[in-house]
Amino acid sequence: MKELVLSARHAMGRKVEGHALVANDGLSARYDLNRLTGVFSRPAHKLVGQSYVGRILVLDTAKGGVASAWMLHEMQSRDMAPLAIVFNSVNTILVQGAALAGIPMLAGFDEDVTACVPHGAWVEVDPAVGTLRVLDPQGRASASASASDAESHGTQSNMSKVRFVERG
Amino acid sequence: MRLNDEETAMLAGEMGEVAQTAIRHQIAVGEFFDARDFVPVTQAHIMADTESLGQAGVMWLERLCDAKDGRHLVRVPTITDPRGTDFSKADALGQSAWMLELERRAIDAFVKLGVTMTDTCVNYQTVLAATRGEHVAFGDTGVVIYSNSINGARSNFEGGPSALAAGLTGRTPRYAFHLDEYRRATLRVQVDFVPNGLDEWGALGGVIGRLAGNYWQVPVIEMGEVAPSSDQLKHFGAAMASFGSTALFHIVGVTPEAPTLGEVGGQRLPVRQCIGRSDIEALTRSYALEKTVDVVVFSAPQLSLYELRTLAELCDGRRFKVPLLAVTSPQVKPDADRFGFTERIEAAGGTVLSGMCFYQSYAREMAEAKGWKRLASNSAKLVNILGGYGYVPMLASMTACVDAAETGELQ
Repeated sequence: MKELVLSARHAMGRKVEGHALVANDGLSARYDLNRLTGVFSRPAHKLVGQSYVGRILVLDTAKGGVASAWMLHEMQSRDMAPLAIVFNSVNTILVQGAALAGIPMLAGFDEDVTACVPHGAWVEVDPAVGTLRVLDPQGRASASASASDAESHGTQSNMSKVRFVERG
Repeated sequence: MRLNDEETAMLAGEMGEVAQTAIRHQIAVGEFFDARDFVPVTQAHIMADTESLGQAGVMWLERLCDAKDGRHLVRVPTITDPRGTDFSKADALGQSAWMLELERRAIDAFVKLGVTMTDTCVNYQTVLAATRGEHVAFGDTGVVIYSNSINGARSNFEGGPSALAAGLTGRTPRYAFHLDEYRRATLRVQVDFVPNGLDEWGALGGVIGRLAGNYWQVPVIEMGEVAPSSDQLKHFGAAMASFGSTALFHIVGVTPEAPTLGEVGGQRLPVRQCIGRSDIEALTRSYALEKTVDVVVFSAPQLSLYELRTLAELCDGRRFKVPLLAVTSPQVKPDADRFGFTERIEAAGGTVLSGMCFYQSYAREMAEAKGWKRLASNSAKLVNILGGYGYVPMLASMTACVDAAETGELQ
C-alpha cells in the first residue's frame, strides 16, 4: 500500500507519532473543550465527547478567541494537551500558544487535510521537513511505538492511558 | 527573519534575559508565518485571565519578573484585558478563594513587569484608540477587529504570550494584517437591512463571521447608507471575531480603508451572499431553547457609559426575580457611579461589575456554584461562547433581557 505523505507550508516543533483525531471542523480551546476532563465539550462540535489528550488533532481551522495561547501551555503543564495539532489553516493565536507550550504544529496544505487523513489513523508529524505521514490508516499501530520518540515530554505518557474512541 | 542590530542584541541576551526569552518566542512565531522582519509597535494589550493562564501561566509570569538581572520591564505602553473577577463582588459570583489568590498573584506579576492594569476589552473606547496605520500588538479578538477595521490600525490577534512579548521587545513580527496585501477584501457580502439594537448588530456580525470562517478572510460589506455607532460596531465586530476568528472587515462608505468597494479590491469579488433579516433571526432562534431564565448577563464586550445609561433607564421601577449582571470597564465604572447609573441598576436588584468579563471569570464554576444554566444576553459573542461552558445561552434585545430578569421568562 502506498504511504500517504502530505506537505505543510508552515511548521514548528518536534517530531511525534500518534493517533489522529480528524474532523472537518474548527478548534477553539476556550469554546470547544472541557479542559478539565480532556474532551471536546461543545455540543455542535463534530468531535463532541471525544478525548483530545495525547492525540494528533487534524482539523480545518483555528477558531475563536485569544485565550488558547495560554490554554495550550496550561493544558500541557497538566499532561492534558494534544500531542500535535494540524490545520488546513491556522490563526495566529494557536501558533503563539503552540510555541509557548512546545506543541508541534503543521498548517497550510494543498489538499483538504481533514479529508485525506482517516479518523483514527496512526500518523507521524515531522515539522523539520513539514510533513504529515499516514503510517497506518487503520490506526492499529501499537501505542508503545511512540516511546521511540526520544524527545518526548509529558503528553506521551497519556497515549497509554487514553483509549481510542471510534467516531460516531 | 532579518534582525536589526537592536534585535540581534536582544536575541544575544545583551538587553536582559526576559527580552531574550520574548524575542525568541516572537521569532518562532514569525518564522512559522514567513515574516521577513519585525515592525515596531506603539502599544501592546494582553489577554491573560487566570482561567486561561492557570497555575502554569501565573508561574511563568512570576519567573519572568524574578529575572536575575532585574531587566524585566515592558518597553512600550502595555495594558490588560479584563481580569477574572471583580474582587468587591466575588462572593456574589460564587468564586472561590483559590481563584482570587491566583488572580492576585497574576496582577502582582504584571505590575512588576510594568504592565498597566486597565482590565478592559474596550480600550478603543476608554483608554487610547489606535490610529490609522498605527502598528500595535493587541490581544482580545474584539479589540483587534475594532482597531483594525474601525480605526484602521494594524494588529494581528496577539495571544497573551505574544502580546506580552511585544510589550517587552517593543515590536512584533511583520506578517498578516501588518501587511497591505492581507488587508484586501477576500469575501463580498451584501446586507439588505439595517439592524436594530446591539443584539441584532451582534447577530449580523455572527452571521458574517460564520460565513468568513477563518482568520485570513476579510469580509467587505455593502449595506447602503448606514452610520453605525461605536457600540453597534463594537458588538458587530466582537461577534464576527468570535464566530469566525475574523480580524478585519470593511464596510463600504463607513470604515476608513473602504471609502469605495474598489479601494479594498471588492469589485473583483463575486457577491458571496446577500444577508437579510431572516438570517439573523435564524441565528437568534438557534439559541432560543428555553423560556425560563436563571441569569441575565450584559458583558462581552464590556458596556460603555451609554449602554449603562440605557440599562439604568430600563431598570427604573423594576424588581428583578433573577440575577442581572452588567459588566463594565474600570474606566467607565466611576462615571456610571457618578451619574447614578449603577445605583439605578442595583436598586432593581442588578449588579454592576467592573474590570472583568463574564466568560473570562470561571463561567463554568460560576454556573455550578450559583445554579445558573439558562442565560439571557444581548451579546451574540457571549452566547456563542457559553455553549461550551455548559450554559443554555439565549440571545435577545436588552429590553427583552431586562424583562426576563423581572419575570424570570424570556418572551
